Amino acid sequence: MKAIEPNSSIATPETFPPPSVAVWQHSHVLDLDDFTQEEIELVLETADAMAEVLTREVKRVPTLRGKTVVTMFYEPSTRTRASFELAAKNLSADTVSLDASKSSIVKGESLIDSLRTIQALGADIIVMRHSQSGAPYLATQHVTCSLINAGDGWHAHPSQALLDLYTIRRHLGTLANLKVTIIGDIMHSRVARSNVWGMTTMGARVILCAPPTLLPRGLDSFIANCQLPNVSIETEIEPALKNADVVMPLRLQMERQQSGLLPSLREYIQLYQLTLERLSLAKPHVLVMHPGPINEGIEISPEVAHGAQSVIEEQVTNGVAIRMALLYLIAGGKNK
Amino acid sequence: MSPNLLISGGHILDPSQGIDKVADLLITKGKIAWLGDKGAAPSQSDLTTIDATGLVVCPGFVDLHCHLREPGFEDKETIATGTKAAAKGGFTTVCCMPNTNPPLDTQASIDYVKKTAEIKGAVQVLPIGCVTKGRQGKELTEMSELANAGVVGFSDDGDPVASSRIMSLAMDYSQALGLPIINHCEDKELSDGGSMNDGWVSARLGLKGIPKAAEEIIVARDLALAHLTGAKLHVAHVSTNSSVEIIRRAKEKGIAVTAEVTPHHLTLTEERIMGSQSEKHNQLTYDTNAKVNPPLRTEEDIAALIKGLKDGTIDAIATDHAPHTSVDKMCEFGLAAFGISGLETALACLMSLVHGGRLDLKTLISKLTFEPATIIGTRYGELGTLKPGCRADVTLFNPNKEWIVDSRDFASKGKNTPFDGCQFKGRVIATIVSGKVVYRDKPE
Repeated sequence: MKAIEPNSSIATPETFPPPSVAVWQHSHVLDLDDFTQEEIELVLETADAMAEVLTREVKRVPTLRGKTVVTMFYEPSTRTRASFELAAKNLSADTVSLDASKSSIVKGESLIDSLRTIQALGADIIVMRHSQSGAPYLATQHVTCSLINAGDGWHAHPSQALLDLYTIRRHLGTLANLKVTIIGDIMHSRVARSNVWGMTTMGARVILCAPPTLLPRGLDSFIANCQLPNVSIETEIEPALKNADVVMPLRLQMERQQSGLLPSLREYIQLYQLTLERLSLAKPHVLVMHPGPINEGIEISPEVAHGAQSVIEEQVTNGVAIRMALLYLIAGGKNK
Repeated sequence: MSPNLLISGGHILDPSQGIDKVADLLITKGKIAWLGDKGAAPSQSDLTTIDATGLVVCPGFVDLHCHLREPGFEDKETIATGTKAAAKGGFTTVCCMPNTNPPLDTQASIDYVKKTAEIKGAVQVLPIGCVTKGRQGKELTEMSELANAGVVGFSDDGDPVASSRIMSLAMDYSQALGLPIINHCEDKELSDGGSMNDGWVSARLGLKGIPKAAEEIIVARDLALAHLTGAKLHVAHVSTNSSVEIIRRAKEKGIAVTAEVTPHHLTLTEERIMGSQSEKHNQLTYDTNAKVNPPLRTEEDIAALIKGLKDGTIDAIATDHAPHTSVDKMCEFGLAAFGISGLETALACLMSLVHGGRLDLKTLISKLTFEPATIIGTRYGELGTLKPGCRADVTLFNPNKEWIVDSRDFASKGKNTPFDGCQFKGRVIATIVSGKVVYRDKPE
């Protein structure tokens, strides 16, 4: 099943410094709401070590040899799925990739039964993407293997938030006291929700900026009840961008306009598109990020997406290191 | 023929007659024969005595709203299992909703339910007929024929009549029959795809919300139509503070409206979906057993609902017992069925309001007996009362007995309860239907 590489070219565990996993308590990664600052730091430091592996000629370490990582994607995805699978392969895990559209799921098998089957086949770690919020929380009540949430509905996308934190830290050194502005479809965005937890835990301020129809009702009381004083809501883009250290426009799905949430794409572009002119309101060192895939010319102008401030491609590369870190920590945590 | 029964030394609580005292109750030939001082009952041959010392003895509970699922969804519940659950919960009469398959929109289906209940039912079953054929909201059912077949009201339940015109016609037509239109008030366009209350928890969990306004809009519409037509309107499972306010104003204006509230809307909030309240800070659970329609709301709404019960805005407590299979519930939150299996936990969960000082026992019993019985009327005899000569439907419960809910013990096929594992104080000890003991709690 697995191609064994010649030993000489594989880094040995001795040359590959594993960070301390003493503070790591998680057997699953479902969201960042239950992560401490120390735990996030550990993921980012581990990702540094993984990034070093990625610069090697042979991007492979034997850390997860003999472990099986199964990706179950109940929703289409290109980058997240490829990123997790590459991460698992870089750690020498066996990977199995299940496409929900072609498997027994379309034959009516329940999520719980599918998960149990995968577990019975010998999965050590399941990486799951699902269109329903909360699906991984259901999953962990019924399986004993580890689970990484690769995105659940509108709820959470922790590995994306971690790679965002990692990318920011690489460029700006720290998250503390930064102003991070997230613009666009907050209501339907798992990236925004996970970043609210991750960014604020690391000391950043988060501005959520969207037209009122793309903000969930109750967002203000969510912020109040969860004691997130560093999160604020803004419906106008200019004040939201002022002095921002990081700007992250979100993908605007075309069906949002079709379902009546927006009068027209034209008006959305006029009011919320991240343009060079608007970007000039932010700090000179501002980072432009995007969770992808991009709708160029809708939420972001091509000049900004490919401009000097853009780190969008680097986010993708960092995503592999972050996911290697998560797989490594999860597997190590389980061996304890 | 059931034996004659003497229920001795219990705390008799009968709001229909304003009785609230320790006394004896004599049942002969299936009817209430006598109520009076302890030891003073006229002597009877063939007499069985039940010692009710320390127990509350009250009229059997009347549930205006439950789902027995038969015909069509017998994997969720049957008339036999649902009425057994009712008996365990102290209910002696249950009104079953017509969202079966086929729906209860013809005389034949009403007859089927009534016959099955006569043969297999543990308690009295009074069916509710559909407002429109097939619950499609387009054409009225043959309401007069359904009335003759024995329905106690009309409802399309979970698929409320969307068209204001059809609703006004239904009210006009039902007025001549003297039966209420019971509406599950929900603007389906506004609630579209929602799975819980629209608020901070839905924002937190990334779930689509059902705004309170989705209910209030239809409550207001139906009250306007009741005002227009003069028909009797019964608002099912009121869940929001503004609904209570709108109904209160309508009653002040003299509109013929009655309303019910469920035990779960009186005791649980939207936060229950994140996990049981004691473990708030543990991992989220997205508990589908707390997924119900209308959704669990907020503490503010609970306060308004309790106030509505006390000042008479809300007439009755109804369970909206909605049993489901584990397949319906053990799935992703957004895909799970709405509903709570509520008959067997109703009293205990409501007693938590009494023990917590939020509701007095007399009001509670009134909302479970006399007041819902008044909404049904007297075509099935006087219900919800211990008046001599009436059907001997009696419930005995121990207001202080502690127990822990274990859904595996439910008589209902539906184990879907958000109260599993809850410690409650207050338990039904015996349920008597027409003088026959249909349920008796296992002795410890």
